[in-house]
Amino acid sequence: MKSDITIDCIGLYCPMPIVNTTKQMKAMQPGQVLEVVADDEGIKQDMPNWARMTGNEFLGIEEAGGKYHVFVRKA
Amino acid sequence: MAEKEKMTLILFSGEMDKALAAFNIALGGATSGMDVTIFFTFWGLNVIKRNEGGIKSKGIMRNMLNFMNRGGAKRLPLSKFHMMGMGKSMMLGLMKDINFPQVDELMRTAKELGVKFIACTTTMGMMGIGKDAFITEVDSFAGVATYLSEARQSSVNLFI
Repeated sequence: MKSDITIDCIGLYCPMPIVNTTKQMKAMQPGQVLEVVADDEGIKQDMPNWARMTGNEFLGIEEAGGKYHVFVRKA
Repeated sequence: MAEKEKMTLILFSGEMDKALAAFNIALGGATSGMDVTIFFTFWGLNVIKRNEGGIKSKGIMRNMLNFMNRGGAKRLPLSKFHMMGMGKSMMLGLMKDINFPQVDELMRTAKELGVKFIACTTTMGMMGIGKDAFITEVDSFAGVATYLSEARQSSVNLFI
């Protein structure tokens, strides 16, 4: 999946990946896609739920080598 | 846009682990677009006391209390296995291991994201401490009616 901006959340645990996502999203334009790379498994559940609560679009997760690449589109 | 959902937390406890839990939830709310208010009361006031300098109060009893109960985000004990600070420094080590922020960092992030801090004036009166005992990030000093006016409109309300 393609993204406009990627943030590295490797080694971070809840709530930091979501906090960093929120901060990054504030600086983005509607329609842009953010890729969050994380290795805490909690992100698999947390990001779809975060997107639902904030009205942003959760696009999916790609898993590779213990890393989760999570994609969200800014509403 | 619809009115924002609200979250109110009462932080009654003055221990590091409980403060971490409170700020973690507060950050979750704030990043999910909620209006979050933390009402600090009783031992919870220790979390928002400034770390520097002494804290003055009137009378021997209150001075003794404030000496033993100095507070400040960096001085909070653990609620379990504190072991005169040994347990706490081990816990801080474990947190560092997983890049988990300390209480003061979480608190700064909470303020950045617009979390509101209210200090309980009743406890302040009882313990004999003034507004100058606290960090400047405290938004207001108030009592139960203020808490309730927020809490009754909140969909999440926790006592920690």
